[in-house]
Amino acid sequence: MALSLLEASTVLKFRLLLLCMLLVGCSPESGDSKHGAADSPINSPYSRGAEQRNTLYTAFSQRSPKALDPAKSYSSNETPFTYNIYEPLYGYHYLKRPYELIPRTAQTVAEPVLIDKQGNALAANAPVSAVAESIYDIKIQPGILFQPHPAFARDASANFVYYPIKAEALSHKFSIADFEQTGTRELTAHDYVYGLRRLASPRVASPIYSTLAEYIVGFREYGQRLREVDRELRKGLAATTTELPWLDLRSAGFVGIEALDPYTVRIRVKGVYPQFKYWLAMTFAAPIPWEADRFYSQPGMAKSNLSLNNWPVGTGPYMMTESIQDRRHVLTRNPNFRGEPYPCEGEPGDAEAGLLADCGKPTPFIDQIVFNMEKESIPLQGKFLQGYYDIPQVDSGAYGVAMLVAATDSADKASLYAEHGIKLPTTVEAQIQYFGFNYKDPVVGKGDTPVQQMRNRKLRQALSIAYNWEEYATIFNNDQAAIAHGPIPPGILGYQALPLGYNPVVYDLVDGKPIRKPLSIAKKLLAEAGYPDGRDATTGEPLVLHFDSTLAYSASSQLDWMRRQFASLGVQLDIRVTDYNRFQDKISQGSAQMFALGWDADYPDAENFLILFYGGHAKVPTGGENVVNYVNPIYDALFEKMRDLPDGPEKESLIVQMTDVLREDAPWMFGVFPKSAGAFQQWVGNAKPTQMVRNTLQYLKIDTKLRHQKIDQWNPPIWWPFGLLSLVVALTLGLAWRALRRQDKQTAFGEVSR
Amino acid sequence: MIGYITRRLFYGVIILIGVNLLTFILFFAVNTPDDMARLSIGARRVNADAIEKWKVEHGYDKPLFLNARQDGIARFTDTIFYQRSVTLLAFDFGDSDAGRDINHEILERMGPSLSLALPTFVLGLLASIIFAMVLVFFRTTALDFWGVVLCGVMLSISSLFYIIAGQWLFSKIFRLVPYSGFSGGLDIIKFLALPIIVSVLARLGAEARFYRSLFLEEIGKDYVRTARAKGLGEHIILFRHVLRNALLPILTGTVSALPLLFMGSLIAESFFGIPGLGSYTLDAINAQDFAIVRAMVFLGSALYVVGLILADVSYTLADPRVRFD
Repeated sequence: MALSLLEASTVLKFRLLLLCMLLVGCSPESGDSKHGAADSPINSPYSRGAEQRNTLYTAFSQRSPKALDPAKSYSSNETPFTYNIYEPLYGYHYLKRPYELIPRTAQTVAEPVLIDKQGNALAANAPVSAVAESIYDIKIQPGILFQPHPAFARDASANFVYYPIKAEALSHKFSIADFEQTGTRELTAHDYVYGLRRLASPRVASPIYSTLAEYIVGFREYGQRLREVDRELRKGLAATTTELPWLDLRSAGFVGIEALDPYTVRIRVKGVYPQFKYWLAMTFAAPIPWEADRFYSQPGMAKSNLSLNNWPVGTGPYMMTESIQDRRHVLTRNPNFRGEPYPCEGEPGDAEAGLLADCGKPTPFIDQIVFNMEKESIPLQGKFLQGYYDIPQVDSGAYGVAMLVAATDSADKASLYAEHGIKLPTTVEAQIQYFGFNYKDPVVGKGDTPVQQMRNRKLRQALSIAYNWEEYATIFNNDQAAIAHGPIPPGILGYQALPLGYNPVVYDLVDGKPIRKPLSIAKKLLAEAGYPDGRDATTGEPLVLHFDSTLAYSASSQLDWMRRQFASLGVQLDIRVTDYNRFQDKISQGSAQMFALGWDADYPDAENFLILFYGGHAKVPTGGENVVNYVNPIYDALFEKMRDLPDGPEKESLIVQMTDVLREDAPWMFGVFPKSAGAFQQWVGNAKPTQMVRNTLQYLKIDTKLRHQKIDQWNPPIWWPFGLLSLVVALTLGLAWRALRRQDKQTAFGEVSR
Repeated sequence: MIGYITRRLFYGVIILIGVNLLTFILFFAVNTPDDMARLSIGARRVNADAIEKWKVEHGYDKPLFLNARQDGIARFTDTIFYQRSVTLLAFDFGDSDAGRDINHEILERMGPSLSLALPTFVLGLLASIIFAMVLVFFRTTALDFWGVVLCGVMLSISSLFYIIAGQWLFSKIFRLVPYSGFSGGLDIIKFLALPIIVSVLARLGAEARFYRSLFLEEIGKDYVRTARAKGLGEHIILFRHVLRNALLPILTGTVSALPLLFMGSLIAESFFGIPGLGSYTLDAINAQDFAIVRAMVFLGSALYVVGLILADVSYTLADPRVRFD
């Protein structure tokens, strides 16, 4: 019986719907918001109704964070986890700029007590030479609790439930959630002491230990002692075993780091080191409960991937509740968090931007943060524009910059972003990209004789003038960078805004604006350096300089541009592309002539940038961070004076003097201060881009209703392609049938019989 | 046949030892343990102390092949090569350089890899054979001509293009499936629908064209003419006789690839966010994680050896004339 047109249409719709269900596993209601609040569009990468929950969705690229152990973690992609799970003693104010150090679990930012060699207390303004030690007595807030964790779980007899635990009992446990019982306890000063002592452990490769061992009294000797203890513990064990007995750091202590009482940490620092307080804002100074260290040291734990490296134990606003390597990590609100209030002060403009509206409200605002792996940029961008990511990347400002650049290049993109209400606030971060001259090199370095030193300096100055960073910033940073006239970025004491802070070696001040000196000046300097028109005045040979780069040949446009800058002076640039390890080798050995690098500040203090030129930290031979191996006794003397001073006019004046020395010697072309930009959906509140404040997640909030509405609006599915596909299939079948008929009726002579 | 398989397995073990040695030499020729430590710890504030601790922690604080400080057999056994190789033959891959258990990771990632690779393999094989058969069926018509043209076009396009075009069309424009992601349960269908379709399409052109030529070669043979003379229908001739006789070269390619399905797909997993073994290997290479690279190369080689043996065995099933005696 023939179906009516209406019936046929209904059947077709039903079949299409069935096909859709088979293909995409969707529910019949999917994509139709009228059918219920829990519905999600068909292309949602999450479970039904996920966008209506108080959950923030973001992504991480390339791979899961490598080290969440606070003693090891030093990569920016780890910080969204470490800084939101762990609480160092100090932190930075979320909104204020310049950055302000504030207490986190400490009661106040403690001022050190200065003592002389005899142990007598000195006045705060005592001469640095008289100070033997700075003693920091830091009071922590009572009543702070650790997150729920099985390491703390005790039974009715107060015995630990999961200590000792047999390796066999761990055979099916690969997550902290696999342990049924949890417990908690109050944070004490002993946990900070344990965490800091752990930096010296021979079993923890902490990148920061050697640096802190220079400053903390007895820390280096303590490390040696721990090596001895560890050697004893390893006796009789197979060399390859990873199942080592617990190295209990409670019993072995030292005077440099102590707990005076449950709420007071005492740290003794050699001499005066005002920047020490900033290290206490980093997760290297996070508290580690001994129970957790012991819990994870048990046999079988490492085999089950249960370690501090994967499952941190902290007091912060969030705790790790799911961790699937290279796939998904979930932070969930720590139920024991004390609810730190949202800040009530900020920088000018914050109130107008609505950033102070939540003043005093307890944080965190969001229940869960889901980090999904997105290796490729196309899916990441696609999902962000569909509303499925609230923030594309939390740990980096690069994505926001890329979107800003795309919006500048394309009017379509700009209008799309505006239509979606995407917020792209920018800020100049405490970081710099620079071009370094190896001071050990005979051509571009310091030089052996006074005459050679003068020639080499003029060569560096000539190159600094010819290398057009304004053009670089326009082409390669898409104007999302500020030109550097010195090593100190904006927002840090010692930075001088233009025109006052211009670099007179490279720029002229014209109408109050710094203008790069003409090429003729660079050529004159080059001639005075002994290379008229880029040729050696003595031998007539062309001047060939060597640039080591880890940039792949795919970045050849950038390398070509660099060649042109040098060629403008007649200097040939030989580019040596090497892999990361070879590059690091060359830097370590001081054999790379020129290179480009960047530096992100550990803390917002000029010392963190100026140490990059300090002779006492030259890469060769000390292995320090002065990778250009710059040595200048005048600069070193100024640095040693400056680093011991508290913030103030005297310190600022010294920084200006040091910057002038660097401009004259030009061991760096100062390059650019890259901008960082956040990328936030319109429903993300309280967002402010920053790379210095890392515990930002607790301040963010989400308007879930708006998100749900927008996601529905942006993602209506389009079904007509299935109709088109059916037509194509039907047409092909028709043609096939016709061809078949034709084939059947074909005679041996190729004619079609009737 | 058992003697043959035993012999092949013995050769396989020798091949695996050779592969392990080669991987070891190649990796350490370009990467010293110090390089690995530096890359793992990070570029900033890396010092000799931290590097030394890292090497001890990861068992790279020994000589590569010969330990001059030891006596007797320990000169060879107390080395990185020995200690990292001996467990391999028992398929105990140990820990990655990032400290995670490799066996556990492989087991976790095998599922997602197979959930993409297996349907792609089966559907791709079916689609290619059916498409090739249809072309052969219509070999005297314009359909065959245009079908071959279509195959030519399809095989000329990079698989990456199919992925990007697929995501653009079905995820961005039609908004029918998510761009990427992975999930268990029924939700898996919406995540895998596009990758499977794209992967099947990406291999369809090349395979269908190859199979078509195999079938065409068979269809001109005497037994086909005899079958036609018996009055058998064209579809029966194609699917019952031609397909069976053309199966041998198809088996060579497909059965030997069967075990390698476990290894996943490097590109598709990366673009579609499928946490399988393909992306695991790629990540390990990028991170210079020797332990994972070595384990995956070893596993891949072992599976390939097994695949080749299976292919040989499958010949005897497909063609009774083939015997190993």
